[in-house]
Amino acid sequence: MSQSIAEEKSRRREGGFLPPSTVEPPGNGGEPSRPQMPSGGEPIIGNVQLAMMVVIMAEVMFFSGLIGAFLVFRFGGQPWPPPFQPRLPVGITSVNTLFLMVSSYTFIQAQRGLKQDNQAKLSTYLTLTGALGFLFLTIQGYEWIQLLNFGLRISSGTYASTFYTIIGAHAVHVFFAVIWLGMVLIRARRGHFSAQNQNGVIACSMYWHLVTGLWPILFFLVYLM
Amino acid sequence: MSDSATATVGHDHHEASFISTYVFSTDHKMIAKQFFWFALVMMILGGGLALMFRWQLAWPETSVWGFGWLSDENEFMPTGIIGPDIYNMMITMHATIMVFFVIMPMFSGAFSNFLIPLMIGARDMAFPFLNMLSFWVAALAGVIMLAGFFVEGGHAAAGWTAYAPLSIKEEFTGVGAGQTLWALSIFVLTISGLMGSVNYITTVINMRTKGMTWFRMPTTVWALFVVAILSLLALPILGAAGVLLIFDRVFETAFFDPQKGGQPLLWQHLFWYFGHPEVYILILPAMGVTSDILSVFSRKPIFGYRAMVYAIIAIAFIGWAVWGHHMFQSGMNPRLGQAFMTTTMLIAIPSAIKTFNWLGTLWKGSIQFTVPMLHALAFVSMFVIGGLSGIFMASNTVDIFIHDTYFIVAHIHYVLFGGSIFGLFAGVTFWFPKMFGRMMNDSLGRVHFWITFIGFNIIFFPMHILGIGGHMRRIYNPMQYDFLKDFEPFNVAITLGALMLGMGQIIFAMNIFGSLWKLNFNWFRTAARVVSSYLSAFIAYKFVAFYLEGLTNPTPASFGGRMFAGIIGLAVFVWIYRYLSKKMGEIGETAPQNPWKANTLEWVAPVIPPHGNFGPTLPVVHRGPYEYSLPGEEDDWAPQTKPLSEEAASASH
Repeated sequence: MSQSIAEEKSRRREGGFLPPSTVEPPGNGGEPSRPQMPSGGEPIIGNVQLAMMVVIMAEVMFFSGLIGAFLVFRFGGQPWPPPFQPRLPVGITSVNTLFLMVSSYTFIQAQRGLKQDNQAKLSTYLTLTGALGFLFLTIQGYEWIQLLNFGLRISSGTYASTFYTIIGAHAVHVFFAVIWLGMVLIRARRGHFSAQNQNGVIACSMYWHLVTGLWPILFFLVYLM
Repeated sequence: MSDSATATVGHDHHEASFISTYVFSTDHKMIAKQFFWFALVMMILGGGLALMFRWQLAWPETSVWGFGWLSDENEFMPTGIIGPDIYNMMITMHATIMVFFVIMPMFSGAFSNFLIPLMIGARDMAFPFLNMLSFWVAALAGVIMLAGFFVEGGHAAAGWTAYAPLSIKEEFTGVGAGQTLWALSIFVLTISGLMGSVNYITTVINMRTKGMTWFRMPTTVWALFVVAILSLLALPILGAAGVLLIFDRVFETAFFDPQKGGQPLLWQHLFWYFGHPEVYILILPAMGVTSDILSVFSRKPIFGYRAMVYAIIAIAFIGWAVWGHHMFQSGMNPRLGQAFMTTTMLIAIPSAIKTFNWLGTLWKGSIQFTVPMLHALAFVSMFVIGGLSGIFMASNTVDIFIHDTYFIVAHIHYVLFGGSIFGLFAGVTFWFPKMFGRMMNDSLGRVHFWITFIGFNIIFFPMHILGIGGHMRRIYNPMQYDFLKDFEPFNVAITLGALMLGMGQIIFAMNIFGSLWKLNFNWFRTAARVVSSYLSAFIAYKFVAFYLEGLTNPTPASFGGRMFAGIIGLAVFVWIYRYLSKKMGEIGETAPQNPWKANTLEWVAPVIPPHGNFGPTLPVVHRGPYEYSLPGEEDDWAPQTKPLSEEAASASH
């Protein structure tokens, strides 16, 4: 009896057996250090990039839900923007848009630095990117305080509701992107990344480009249209 | 979370602590088990709620059986009577829990996690840490959802669809924080679903083993993969809608409030744009599981494998263009309704492809009526009934008559219970040996199956008739309406059926825990026998006594009638007891490596796959998943790892 329990335990721990395969296992003992495709080659897109693309698809669906709601109200026959409510500050936001666009460019520069294994360039441009993102948030926060002072409350109608919700959802995304960027920057300063190991930076950059790429669309829809 | 970190998971052999093994495990099999228990516990709650409001519909405003001891000052159920507000809460939470916390975690959580890496020959998910996070975020959503029961004003009571403006104003339902917590919980759940989807999609695309090409994947993996894409794209829409609903309730925004210029219909559009893909999120995994099980137990290749896969994809993508059929009666332009009717009817084509291919798989097979096979056959037959009743509602002229009646309740339960839950039982009984290394008891499984199957049909078939007769969905007390008074016996029969179905799950629970803990003791075997026979006899007695009253009067039958029913019940007791005495084998029998002689890769792995799933090398796939009864082979099955013989290989070139 005790022996069968011991057998049972070892069976559970060690597992059963694999039927012998007549085919030589691929690569280094069948244990690919990178994901292995059924064809035996390497995948076209690495896990991290693929996962980020999937996340971006989900984010696009989230924002299309919000934009869909916005369009329903924008073209729902109400006067837009409604009378007796403050107008949105287009001028300062245009400048802000520019900051965010430039941050996308600086991130590309940081990635170029990484590709050349230029750690100083990587850190410098990552810092610059983060600073631009932070600047964007600060200006937007200031803008919101002004609007609130002028009496545009989130509860004062569909115009204000859609504005604060959509722009706020984007701002939350920028906020988390900046935090993520800060974490990547700390790792970059410790030399965690190299031309061979770019995944952490690539994932963050894809998210950053999503956030910056969404902004002109939202800016056009909410502020200009 | 780098590539190299995920691939070397299999090399860890250090002793793991209790916490890292059972609580914050990053092993896909443990996470699958966590989702499994989570879903089963939630199922008890969701089912219990259903039994309670069924009581109200059969015997309105009487004390619910077992709750009569509650004082008349009880907040929820004074003297055990369900009030209208609590009734609304119960139907809302029954649907919410069953959809979001039972079927979704079971299929998109437990089955996806357990089966995808094992079936495609991977060591683990692409991102094990994210996978762990996905479960704990889902658990957080569950806690938030349960917390709603304990706040002032009770839980959400606006239906599981939470139609605005009913759901945005406290005055309409009397529900305060409950509805907000409901929306918050759903929002958190969408984040968990997103994490899961990211993992499943990446794993299936990038981590298939050598030789596992797209068209060598089992249909289960295909279905779970397509469902991951659907969740990925549909859940964020629900998340957005949930955010707007929370803002409307908390910050008094104007999205759905017509008094402020909002659009109540916007909620319906957002909800159903998510909601229709959602029903395929719930049913497609069951379809995939069923296809696999039918093939295994017919000992035949699945009929039209590629057509099955294309049908899954077609259903998933047409599913995006049909959401308007939920809104035919919401004041939609009839021309638009016509368009939605056409797209909805189009879905019948891939569904019919699947149905006929299932029948083609069974045709001339050597069918083994095992417990998973019984559940899979129940899935096919019940899904056909549900699909046909769906066509009635897809026609927007017929829908005018049957919209928001019990007909829709019958339809959704024929596809979600008859479909998804039978698929779930089929999957659980089929993969239980792989999950826990023990067989489930066969004869207990059979008793459970028949009680469930008969109970299910007693509950939901009469609902078609109720619906055609004009019995409104979600009404508190049907006896208030003269034209519904004739339906009282139907309502009583349905509730008796519901009690039967609910009690039948005790047998399932005994089977699961008995097998899991190997409770092969005399006392447990006797208890299982007595409980099973007693439940069957009780049900037989109830229905015979009920039938003898001529389906008119819910009061107890006459003495003679009760005697007759008692004799029938006794006979059933003896029958089931003797059946179990003769046939019930060992409870918790140790599972062999491949108990069903199935081809797919999970059966190549050790009985209980260790961390890293496979032995020192990953399996190499040489053939498709359904090569049963090959001509010229000794065995009637050929595992996917079995190399092609030389002649066969040369013939195929």
